[in-house]
Amino acid sequence: MKWTFFHKLGSPRWFYDIAGRHYAWLMMLSVVLLCIGTIWGLVFAPEDYQQGNSFRIIYLHVPTAILAQSCYMMMATAALTGLVWKMKIADMFIAAAAPLGAAFTFLALFTGAVWGKPTWGTWWVWDARLTAMLVLLFLYLGVMALRSAIEYSDMREKSTAILVLVGVINIPIIKYSVEWWNTLHQPATFTLTEKPAMPPEMWVPLLVMVIGSYLFFTSLVFQGVRNEILQREARKSWVKKLLATEGSTSD
Amino acid sequence: MTDHRANQVNDKPLLPVLTTIFKHELMTAFQNRQQLVNPLIFFVLVLLLFPLGVDPSPQFLSAAAPGLIWVAVLLSSMLSLGTLFKDDLQDGSLEQWLVCGQPLYFLVLFKTIVHWLYTGLPIVLFSPLLALMLHFPMDNYSVLVLSLLLGSPVIALLGGIGAALTVSLRSGGILVSLLILPLTIPVLIFGTGMVLASIDGVPFMGQLALLASLFFLALTLCPLASAAALKMSVLNS
Repeated sequence: MKWTFFHKLGSPRWFYDIAGRHYAWLMMLSVVLLCIGTIWGLVFAPEDYQQGNSFRIIYLHVPTAILAQSCYMMMATAALTGLVWKMKIADMFIAAAAPLGAAFTFLALFTGAVWGKPTWGTWWVWDARLTAMLVLLFLYLGVMALRSAIEYSDMREKSTAILVLVGVINIPIIKYSVEWWNTLHQPATFTLTEKPAMPPEMWVPLLVMVIGSYLFFTSLVFQGVRNEILQREARKSWVKKLLATEGSTSD
Repeated sequence: MTDHRANQVNDKPLLPVLTTIFKHELMTAFQNRQQLVNPLIFFVLVLLLFPLGVDPSPQFLSAAAPGLIWVAVLLSSMLSLGTLFKDDLQDGSLEQWLVCGQPLYFLVLFKTIVHWLYTGLPIVLFSPLLALMLHFPMDNYSVLVLSLLLGSPVIALLGGIGAALTVSLRSGGILVSLLILPLTIPVLIFGTGMVLASIDGVPFMGQLALLASLFFLALTLCPLASAAALKMSVLNS
């Protein structure tokens, strides 16, 4: 097995080029998918026999909730990679992903509250899964708070990585809280091993939304990491050259 | 950890180092007696606020007592843990820990436990008195104390991670609580769950087992994170 790909990933310059080549079409594709999924889900998908039209917010709620959780898993993977292989890119990824993760978590909580009002009759319940999601939001905010308290250094990278890894212990609790405490929230809509309980007319647009959200996230992370690279490598010659040429072409 | 390597470098036993830390800790703690009582006063003050601010009736207080006591323990631990390693960084002890050839893991673990002995344990021992004032049912005192005995070291060990991460920062205080409080939620859930189950007269062994497993998990894993964070802080300061 060739490891050159993996080692290249550690090079900010290489990543800057690759991300620059791909973020634009990823963003376009994601916007297309999100539009298709939204219109399909909101207009053409059949009504739920119990919840009526109010269930349609699932097309926003489930993608944001899935991303909110998997973003933290990605950050944890990056943290471990950064600690073990000392890759600078890993910390840049965390820097770019943490605010996005916090935003997705907030959106999941918000759409959940909007969905909860017609279904459960209340905006908020202290259900295990909702609470765990709120805790996840605080984990993201904690990572951001720690990063803003430390000036850029090797130490900030390691502190962030340690905190993210410690926080990842909380993720299984979120994931299995529904089964453990067995409360109001319905079980997960998608699992990898079983066929969804919904009819295909309902879950196919949802799948489109989920894929679209992932691409949206990827594109935003690419752009965020590119900005981080420019900021941190500002003194490197290739960045100076790049900024000089881009500055002259845009004039 | 660097356990085997450290043993090759020098074969000095660990125990004398631990006794030194123990003596040093207790001596500095008892030299500044006010600091010993402060968390305890804070603990009582927080609990005083609830009858005044919410409802002084025995029905409310007895129902809320387990949660109130647990939350007060959490908050007062956060306050005292924020500066766990600060003095050690300033007076150079941390550097000595790094170069003394002993595994940092055990030094950090031991320091956290000793700190718990003079900040956490007094609060735990004090809690029955507050439980009495909150009309907590008499028969369940032992369960309350047991839950706190198992739970408060977990809080201390988690807080140690926060203290280690922020040791060289000027803005320590509130940041530690922000980082660590979300992580203490499982302890709070199982700790209060155990007490509530015992008040309701249902078996609480399940919660006790979960709390105990959290205890051992924290005991083995938390010092790893704290030691890594401390090492990094010392090397970068």
